[in-house]
Amino acid sequence: MEGVRTAAAPVESSGAAALTDERLLLRRRRRRKAIRNLSAYGLVLPAAGFYVFFVVRPIVLSAQYSFYEWNGIGPATWVGITNYIEVFTNPKLVGAILNAFELILYFTVLPVAIALLAANLIRAIAASRLAGVARTVLFLPQVIPLVAAGIMWSWQLSTDGLVNQILRLLGLGGITRAWLGNFDTALPAVGVIGAWVLVGLCLVLILAGMTKIDPALYEAARIDGAGPVREFFTITLPGVRQEVAVCVTVTVIAALASFDIIYISTQGGPGDSTLVPGLQIFYLAFYEREIGTASAFAIVLMVLVLVVVVPLQRVLRGRES
Amino acid sequence: MIVSARETWMGRVVLVVLMIVTILPFLSLFVTALHEPGTYPRGLEWPDTPHWGNFVLAFQSANMLALLGSSFLIELGVVPIAVLIATLAGFALGHLKPWGQSFVFIFFLLGLTLPFEGIVTPLYFQVREMGLLNTRWAIILPLIGLFMPFAVTWMRAHFVTMPQELSEAARVDGATTWQLFWRVHVPLSVPAISSLAILLFLWTWNQFLLAIVLVDDPAKRTMAGALGAFQGRYGTDIPLLCAGSLLILTPTLIIFLIFQRQFVSALMQGSLKG
Repeated sequence: MEGVRTAAAPVESSGAAALTDERLLLRRRRRRKAIRNLSAYGLVLPAAGFYVFFVVRPIVLSAQYSFYEWNGIGPATWVGITNYIEVFTNPKLVGAILNAFELILYFTVLPVAIALLAANLIRAIAASRLAGVARTVLFLPQVIPLVAAGIMWSWQLSTDGLVNQILRLLGLGGITRAWLGNFDTALPAVGVIGAWVLVGLCLVLILAGMTKIDPALYEAARIDGAGPVREFFTITLPGVRQEVAVCVTVTVIAALASFDIIYISTQGGPGDSTLVPGLQIFYLAFYEREIGTASAFAIVLMVLVLVVVVPLQRVLRGRES
Repeated sequence: MIVSARETWMGRVVLVVLMIVTILPFLSLFVTALHEPGTYPRGLEWPDTPHWGNFVLAFQSANMLALLGSSFLIELGVVPIAVLIATLAGFALGHLKPWGQSFVFIFFLLGLTLPFEGIVTPLYFQVREMGLLNTRWAIILPLIGLFMPFAVTWMRAHFVTMPQELSEAARVDGATTWQLFWRVHVPLSVPAISSLAILLFLWTWNQFLLAIVLVDDPAKRTMAGALGAFQGRYGTDIPLLCAGSLLILTPTLIIFLIFQRQFVSALMQGSLKG
């Protein structure tokens, strides 16, 4: 077809030949552009297909199920927003959400704070061999399955475990206990496992951010008589704002969507003291067969994560542009 | 930089303390694994007679050979396909930049923060309808989909930085889009592609929730999923459980130590999903 048009062009009008040629060229270019656009989307298609079928469709189904009373086998009946009311009024389910927010303290605040303080001290020797080895070592918890971290720490935190052994060594034998089996300490204990996993990631990220800060800034601050605290708040913290935002994003998601560690170490107990949304969805859907409530809870969890994470992304973007 | 000796010294101390806190649980796990099966050893105590046989025992009683085989089959199903289709999509969105690509990209971005728990229930029914429950496909196919938001974002970010002149030169030489992709861009993208492959390998190996929900038979699960079942069966035999845990986390440690440079930089640049 392309060839025919080109051949026909000169016959059309010899007077405006130059103009027609130009128009033809333009049209051909536009057509080629259209073909390229189409073929580009052909390359996107497989990825989009998997994504739509195994992620987007389940999300839509979740939203649909959330309005039904359904045991997964029999017929489903429409119940409106009853399931959502259940999520926000049943103390057990509300408790799971509150637990998740408390976990942010351990999964996010603790690792980011430790990482910031440590990175500030390490900054001076960040290029040394010791720091290089530390980067590898501190990353190990990131690499192993969270299930293994859960098993490992259930053992450390047990009555005769490493934690109590160290406490006794320090003369703190009075406070030893089965940390994961105690109503008051189970959630913080689970939080410590999460902190152990996430500190390394935060530290390496923040250290990388610090290497981008111009050393002249520090020298100027020192000459102006700034102390370490002042230096930290006026130079270091603003300099690693973006890295901190990444750390907070990753760790907040890890806290709100925690499952593996808690399933292995406490199964939500004792009582419901370490119950979190992820675990509750799993129990509701696959043990209690309350598909509707489980789906409503799943939607609430997804919205919660977005509500917390999207503003953080704005902090990230703000720096880039 | 003006740094006092005291400050560098404090930095070293802090680093060493952090490293000890990280390593101690591993050490404790290892020492415990050497105790007599069925006993309750105390924290960090070297056994009178180290039972090296525990590793063999755990290897056999967990049917570890079958588990390893299963995990590698799942990896083989997930990683090559996910990396290939994400690279194609990232190339198209980041380099060819067709009309409306930003909307498609945002569509992928939306999935980046999605908690797996949010979709595991409908996924169960979907996989059941497909008749794939209790097969490895039940883990492989959804995982490919779940990895796409990160994988496409990652590859797009790489292809955005590739200079357009490169492609224009190849086009002038008469290359089609397909040739452009395979002959010019894939060879130049090996670092980005291999980082993605390592990350996806580890995330697949460590995937727990999908494995326990969609596959009942531990011998058809991922390693992390099988470890969960192992804990259920040997939860009372601490030394054996510790030996089994060590066996299961060793392959990821080896992969990490070999590829740590790519791994750390990959996680740092794209650490939105962990």
